[in-house]
Amino acid sequence: MNLGEFARKRLGFASAALMAVALLATPQSGYAQATPRLDAQAENVAREDIPESQAAEPSTLDVAPGAGEVARLGPEWIKGQPALGGVNFQDQYSPNGEYALWMHNAILLPLITFICLLVLGLLLYVVVRFNRRRNTVPSRTAHNTVIEVVWTLVPVLVLVFIAIPSITLLARQYQAAPEDALTVKVTGYQWYWGYTYPDNGGFEVISNMLPPEQAIERGEPAILAVDNRLVVPAGEPIRIQTTGADVIHSFAIPSMWFKIDAVPGRLNERVLYIEEPGIYYGQCSELCGARHAYMPIAVEALPRPQFDAWVLAQGGTLGGPDLPTAPAPRQEPESSVSGAPGAGVPEPLEDPAAGPNSPTAPAPLSPPGVTAGPTA
Amino acid sequence: MATTADHFQAHADEHHHDADHKPGFFARWFMSTNHKDIGTLYLIFAIFAGVIGGAISGVMRAELADPGIQVLTPLVGWLYNETDLDQALHMWNVLITAHGLIMVFFMVMPAMIGGFGNWFIPLMIGAPDMAFPRMNNVSFWLTFVAFISLLLSSFVPGGTGLGAGTGWTVYAPLSTSGSVGPAVDFAIFSLHLAGAGSILGAINFITTILNMRAPGMTLHKMPLFVWSVLVTAFLLLLALPVLAAAITMLLTDRNFGTTFFDPAGGGDPVLYQHLFWFFGHPEVYIMILPGFGMISQIIATFSRKPVFGYLGMAYAMVAIGVVGFVVWAHHMYVVGLNVNTKMYFTAATMVIAVPTGIKIFSWIATMWGGSLEFKSPMVWALGFIFLFTVGGVTGVVLANGGIDDYMHDTYYVVAHFHYVLSLGAVFALFAGFYYWFPKMSGRMHSEMLAHIHFWIFFVGVNMIFFPMHFLGMDGMPRRIPDYPAAYAYWNQFATVGYWIMAGSMLVFFANMLYAFTAGKKAAPNYWGEGATTLEWTLTSPPPYHQFETLPVIDDVDHDHGGTVAPA
Ligand code: HEM
Ligand SMILES: [Cu+2]
Ligand SMILES: [Cu+2]
Repeated sequence: MNLGEFARKRLGFASAALMAVALLATPQSGYAQATPRLDAQAENVAREDIPESQAAEPSTLDVAPGAGEVARLGPEWIKGQPALGGVNFQDQYSPNGEYALWMHNAILLPLITFICLLVLGLLLYVVVRFNRRRNTVPSRTAHNTVIEVVWTLVPVLVLVFIAIPSITLLARQYQAAPEDALTVKVTGYQWYWGYTYPDNGGFEVISNMLPPEQAIERGEPAILAVDNRLVVPAGEPIRIQTTGADVIHSFAIPSMWFKIDAVPGRLNERVLYIEEPGIYYGQCSELCGARHAYMPIAVEALPRPQFDAWVLAQGGTLGGPDLPTAPAPRQEPESSVSGAPGAGVPEPLEDPAAGPNSPTAPAPLSPPGVTAGPTA
Repeated sequence: MATTADHFQAHADEHHHDADHKPGFFARWFMSTNHKDIGTLYLIFAIFAGVIGGAISGVMRAELADPGIQVLTPLVGWLYNETDLDQALHMWNVLITAHGLIMVFFMVMPAMIGGFGNWFIPLMIGAPDMAFPRMNNVSFWLTFVAFISLLLSSFVPGGTGLGAGTGWTVYAPLSTSGSVGPAVDFAIFSLHLAGAGSILGAINFITTILNMRAPGMTLHKMPLFVWSVLVTAFLLLLALPVLAAAITMLLTDRNFGTTFFDPAGGGDPVLYQHLFWFFGHPEVYIMILPGFGMISQIIATFSRKPVFGYLGMAYAMVAIGVVGFVVWAHHMYVVGLNVNTKMYFTAATMVIAVPTGIKIFSWIATMWGGSLEFKSPMVWALGFIFLFTVGGVTGVVLANGGIDDYMHDTYYVVAHFHYVLSLGAVFALFAGFYYWFPKMSGRMHSEMLAHIHFWIFFVGVNMIFFPMHFLGMDGMPRRIPDYPAAYAYWNQFATVGYWIMAGSMLVFFANMLYAFTAGKKAAPNYWGEGATTLEWTLTSPPPYHQFETLPVIDDVDHDHGGTVAPA
């Protein structure tokens, strides 16, 4: 926390005014530890803290027609994101992430620091003590069985010592989700993400990067903000399944210590457990072509009731028998793989299907200068 | 020692009056069968490729200096007359691909194995030349043509734009259905040629080292540099065919309708990664083992002491080579391996740290009790030991499959492999270069400039690569031209480091200019009594054909890897 704050201050002089605006409008976990509550009043209070001139858009952004009554978390909820000029891991918001962070900070980092300093110290000692001026006659020692055995065995023991928490961590990460856990299928497309909710009627949410100006307007970090977030419940295990539609992508959320490739022809599964409501960012982490840098991931974790409300607002179902839901939102095909499946139904873009009652998000917004799909 | 050198010289002159007769320019440099000339060609080639690869990284650092796209748009405008942002973004992928492939296949490998290996393996084992001199020539020209093929790939369509934008790993399906157009085929062809050249070279080195050692030089008396090249050659011989198979499958998937890596036809993209990294992990050791060998020679020379734990050092390299074949999936921790696989690869990968540690401690023990002289090669070697350690320990962090879920494909990995390569392999290359340059050219370089080069380079590369650990821990993915503002600070810092590093390279070239115009003539053994391997018994530069009478190695001092018996 302190480091982040320090880094932010130091960076103040170097960063553009743009960044300053983003900062002001973005009370981060770094200083705004008092987590706002999830009701409209709290949001209003939070917004009052922001100077008028730089106020972000209202927290309850009307992203989707017909979904207006469902709160969209405002920037004050951003928790998982990089620290400006940071020198440390992102804060962790999942039990496995906390364990991994502990293992790194308590075991690995001290150990590797010690090894580097040991080697550096020995080098400096040798340089000072055995230089030609101080030691004109070299010894001829070329063997010492004891020391050779020691510097073979001690590292072995150290590695065995590391292996214990390392294997534990792996075992935890691979624990299967309980049978009734919510399933979300994450599909990587060139170059956006699709989030399907098979337990809730099977609707697919399409998530594109927001153009940087728009992200900053909303008080969110550019390159990380998206139009439609991956919305999940907080405080319960979620079964994340990933696959790729065209090439390999990788679904990564650093603040969850979570990364799993989205490979065409495969369905990878991993459990995600988000401890508290908030917004958590990540980026595609496998080179997937031209706009690889522009397919961020934004997760919005909500308390269960709000999540359920959100599902209903999307036209989804809760637990009951699968009902036919509206078609997935359209997405202009832009893949470098010819014939690769795009998200949604390939309809003419002018088609009025996404009428006022459509549960789907507005058409995708593309990075600056990129030939865009229709803009809302 | 000098008497011994004179002895061989005299011998050669008596019986072979044409020993120093050199062919004409074209025959000498284009049809060369002389290991020293071919070594020189490789070194010049590697420096040339290194300048291109380094210039590309300069463009990359300029682009990364600030968030947003600044450099790529004018670049594609200038190169291809394109204004589309997608073209600029594709250009980024072309740059990272070219940088990686050039530095791996056309800079480090040609310099270490083709350059220093060719030059000094025959000299160190007391052989007149390589076992297959004409095959040696084929190896070089295959590598040369491979480079041309790679350069050509950037002028033909590769999907979104011109050039191959797949990363040096060429993962399917981005490299198959994801990159329409001949660029990736050119890049694959380049890898085929470079691989073929390296396999021929490996066969040549193995045969030479196993068959052509001077009388009395048993395997356990070979200098460690020879050991390192022997192990490297076996790694090449076993690993490269797997790469060749993998990229041939890419070619047929791309052009002939096979579906090795296409799930639509029953294939699997992950199969490609297994094949690639089965080659790829040994490959990273191929790039560093000859450096280990050079560092051992240099440390022993400037400590005036035999290498500590010679056998341990030699077999540590063998162990690294063997274990290096069973750890490949640590590059694939997030593709969806099952938990047992991941646990196995975690454990196996950590094992590699043990022989690596043996090497580091043995180098220090070699210096312990020595009489150290800080000539330029020694300074670079000391830098190597420390920086390689830093890169090695982050490898141990990454080895933990559960931890790597965070770091994989972030800048932390970029920091790791640049510490072992740009600050490991490259420091070893400069150490070896300053160690042997006068031997090869007959001219002394400026020690002062070499030291200045070291210090500026040291500061520069650490400024570039150390902050990348921070960027990775803060979550920055690799292979992106644009990034969230949070990462701006350390990226800017790294770009400043790049310019410092680039400045130091000017010092290097100035030093070369100085050596060739005003450098003093080099004596046979200009480093003095610490330098005991056979190349120091010859003039600088050595005669065009050496050891026409084979030197005989006595068995007094076997830790040196061979001293010449008094005549
Ligand atoms: C102590 C020994 C080492 C260990 C335990 C180790 C471990 C690892 C691991 C686990 C990765 C994969 C990280 C990831 O992609 O998530 C990696 C990447 C890499 N390592 Fe090492 N490493 C070691 C030494 C070396 C050496 C000596 C070299 C080369 C001289 C090297 C070169 C590389 C390269 C080039 C990559 C990245 C390849 C890529 O993804 O493009 N490593 N290392
Ligand atoms: Cu990507
Ligand atoms: Cu590896």
